[in-house]
Amino acid sequence: MTTTTERRHAAGSPQRPAGGKSGPPRMEWFRKHLVLILGLLVLLYTFVPIFVVVLMSFNDPSSRVVYQFDGFTLHNWLNPCEPEGMCGSLKVSIEIGLLSTIGATILGTLAAFALVRHSFVGRSGANLLIFLPMAAPEIVLGSSLLALFVASGRSGELGFWTILVAHIMFCLSFVVVTVRARLAGLDDNLEQAAMDLYATPSQTFWRVTFPLVFPGILGAALLSFSLSFDDFIITNLNAGNTTTFPMFVWGAAQRGVPMQVNVIGTLMFIISIVIVVGAELQSRRRQRKLV
Amino acid sequence: MTRRKGLVGYLLLLPAAIWLGVFFVIPFYSLVATSLFDPSGSDVVGYEMTYHFANYADALREYWVPLVRALWYGALATFFCLILGYVLAYAIAFKAGRWKNLMLVLVIAPFFTSFLVRTLSWKLILADDGFVVNFLQFLHILGADGRLLATPVAVVAGLTYNFLPFMVLPLFASIDKIDPRLIEASSDLYANPVVGFFKVTWPLSLPGVVSGTLLTFIPAAGDFINVQLLGSPNQRMVGSVIQSLFTDANDYPAAAALSMILMILILVLVLFYVRRAGTEELL
Amino acid sequence: MSQVAEGTDAPAADEEYGGLRLRNVTKSFGPFTAVDDLDLDVPRGAFFALLGPSGCGKTTTLRMVAGLETPTSGSITLAGQDITYAKPYRRPVNTVFQSYALFPHLDIHENVAFGLKRRKSRDVDNQVREMLELVELTSQARKKPTQLSGGQQQRVALARALINKPEVLLLDEPLGALDLKLRRSMQIELKRIQVDVGLTFIHVTHDQEEAMTMADTVAVMNAGVIEQMGAPADLYENPKSTFVANFLGQSNLIEGTITDRASDLVTVDMHGIGVSVPTGRSHTDGDRGWIGIRPEKVLIGEPGESLDAPGNTIPGGVLTDVSFVGVSTQYLVRMPWGQEIQVFEQNTGRRRLFRTGEQVELSWRPEYAFLLDHAQDASAGAQKADES
Repeated sequence: MTTTTERRHAAGSPQRPAGGKSGPPRMEWFRKHLVLILGLLVLLYTFVPIFVVVLMSFNDPSSRVVYQFDGFTLHNWLNPCEPEGMCGSLKVSIEIGLLSTIGATILGTLAAFALVRHSFVGRSGANLLIFLPMAAPEIVLGSSLLALFVASGRSGELGFWTILVAHIMFCLSFVVVTVRARLAGLDDNLEQAAMDLYATPSQTFWRVTFPLVFPGILGAALLSFSLSFDDFIITNLNAGNTTTFPMFVWGAAQRGVPMQVNVIGTLMFIISIVIVVGAELQSRRRQRKLV
Repeated sequence: MTRRKGLVGYLLLLPAAIWLGVFFVIPFYSLVATSLFDPSGSDVVGYEMTYHFANYADALREYWVPLVRALWYGALATFFCLILGYVLAYAIAFKAGRWKNLMLVLVIAPFFTSFLVRTLSWKLILADDGFVVNFLQFLHILGADGRLLATPVAVVAGLTYNFLPFMVLPLFASIDKIDPRLIEASSDLYANPVVGFFKVTWPLSLPGVVSGTLLTFIPAAGDFINVQLLGSPNQRMVGSVIQSLFTDANDYPAAAALSMILMILILVLVLFYVRRAGTEELL
Repeated sequence: MSQVAEGTDAPAADEEYGGLRLRNVTKSFGPFTAVDDLDLDVPRGAFFALLGPSGCGKTTTLRMVAGLETPTSGSITLAGQDITYAKPYRRPVNTVFQSYALFPHLDIHENVAFGLKRRKSRDVDNQVREMLELVELTSQARKKPTQLSGGQQQRVALARALINKPEVLLLDEPLGALDLKLRRSMQIELKRIQVDVGLTFIHVTHDQEEAMTMADTVAVMNAGVIEQMGAPADLYENPKSTFVANFLGQSNLIEGTITDRASDLVTVDMHGIGVSVPTGRSHTDGDRGWIGIRPEKVLIGEPGESLDAPGNTIPGGVLTDVSFVGVSTQYLVRMPWGQEIQVFEQNTGRRRLFRTGEQVELSWRPEYAFLLDHAQDASAGAQKADES
């Protein structure tokens, strides 16, 4: 049988805050925001190489081989296409990027609709097929494509078209996954409401379904382009004599990297930041205007 | 939602299915076939299919070191990615408030710059007379003539850096779904924040952890760019071996066999891992 | 079997009937039958409520009228035309969805204009402006749905459907997501609009108070069939099945054995006490039945007190619970045969409140009682304690 004091003690303890003492205000603030600070540090860490890239784009190298910051110059920015073959490789990368984006986005969007909206035998098999290229290591994807080209006797024809084929192949899965996520989240009722309001199936699709899926398709296209533009491993194995920008950088890394490479890197970064932040700001501005 | 039945589904899927069939499934078959070619063939003479399974044994015997190294470095990088990525994902999900979307964008933004260009930057940052090395020498973590480049540290650091978004995004997707009131409930039931994390947050974020670790480990194990730019021949990973067998030595059967071995190993590891982790919700 | 509202003339032929008519409509999903051989006549201009618990088939019925589901068998005619298999975009029927289903990528004006534009109506902008004025949303015309409150979204959904002047307007539990006060004011609003505009409204709900407040005619649905249909007061005061008796309001159901059937009165032996029920309020042919009496119709008094109801008097009750609800006091009285009877007494102040444990007598006027089939489940339709 508990005494009165014991009972009072037992009743009192859950009311004391778990974990006990609170310290001076500054320590409290620090402790509360610890995770956020750590998170921001990690974020900062991801930007460190970017700072270096931007910095090095203004570098005036004293030697081709030693990669370090020697002096400031605008020369690289004023003569971006100075290194031989670089702008050519850039052009190739952009062309392939655009074409493969168009191809992958069209094929992938159609496939996403099929997987989300329709039922047919082999649907789960198709889901698996779409997922596999994302899961395989690039070296294996590249090797197997090369093996195909060799085995079919076309190893002499490696070049622009083989690269394009490869890029559409591995971008497809990403497009399907992105569009599928957007499509699956679409409210079923909206299309029923449209039909209830006299919209034929075709009108329902173009006036309700498509506008609502479009951001997903756009996002998939952007993702596809950046995956294609930046790809090295698969491209390198299947490129023959054609050179894409990443291949150019790779080759340059052995010989001595021209600083203009950093100019291109900086440009890429700026363009993508502008696009993404711009889109975010635009949607925020639209919200604010109407409230 | 009711799905439509009928042929339209097949028609919509067909183009993508054909493309993947021709350029993913069939090449896979070619890879298997090539791995069994007679190693005496070449581009000039042509290749003969002799079901030469010894290719596998030879490849394994000669290249097991880079193979194991690749798996090991991949695992290390995945581990570090998990720690860094979890902190970041958690911060964005719970502590970011209105800046959530912006922070997510900022996570992905650096990775729109060329992979190779970024890795080259690390070469500069970790250079022998650079700030980082000097600082570590100052703290006596590194010896007076110690270096970071051409060491496993640089390679793993590079891998960790480059594959971080693959870890952060799935982690974030999972952590974001956790109802913060669950943590409040655990606190109400006498759990301090640390216990609350291990008993509530971590288990609920497991699907994201599983996807994230897989999406990080698989490409990291097959990578060779980091090793080539930041490491030395002493840290060669199987990816660079396969690459050079294809392009330099033109030894297609060996390259194909090694590729197959890598893929099978990864598949086996993944299957064990997924079964242990207990979630099949990878898609 | 035809379920025509009580008191109407013989039904017109299908081609001539100006309202909505369902005949033998059945909808099955595999082995599960959601709607079972349903017959329904809804006259033009009526405010009709389809009332029932979740899963009773009311929403399925609504969707078949809208064209979003196709009946497994049966026919649906509207103003003489067979619309059973017509596509939703070819029917003069519009729906207010439970989740509103407002198009998030269009602003309010474009949402409301949607149906008119599909039908290539003229002078769309003016019509939209008038409609927005009717629902008092003129200032929100250019906002997106996500920027509006729940009540505002509900009005947009209503406007979007109404503007097309359909033959029948279907409302699928449209007030479910609103809080109590808003719901009450919207109920009055909807009723007013319906009278103003003169369209046929079919309102699907599980809230019996809502159905009785708004509708001219209520049909109570249970497990795919209509149990009873008629004016709210008729259904409430003279339910024909235990389900209706329990689903609308509350009822006390007491076992009894029928002792005599006269032309105007049925006499029943209820646990040794003789009570009578008018023949028109007796809905069973068997030997046994449930005597039904609403709690507010039961009078409670001290033993021997002369009550205002010279009718059935039942002595021997003991109070087991007294709940003061403000407007009324709710008593639970345990009767000698073990059953607890509910009594609601309005707090007019004319008499003191009873206390638990006191002995009381109950009484009611025979014309308020009803007699139901003993084979039916006495708890059918009763809302559980945690459902409101």
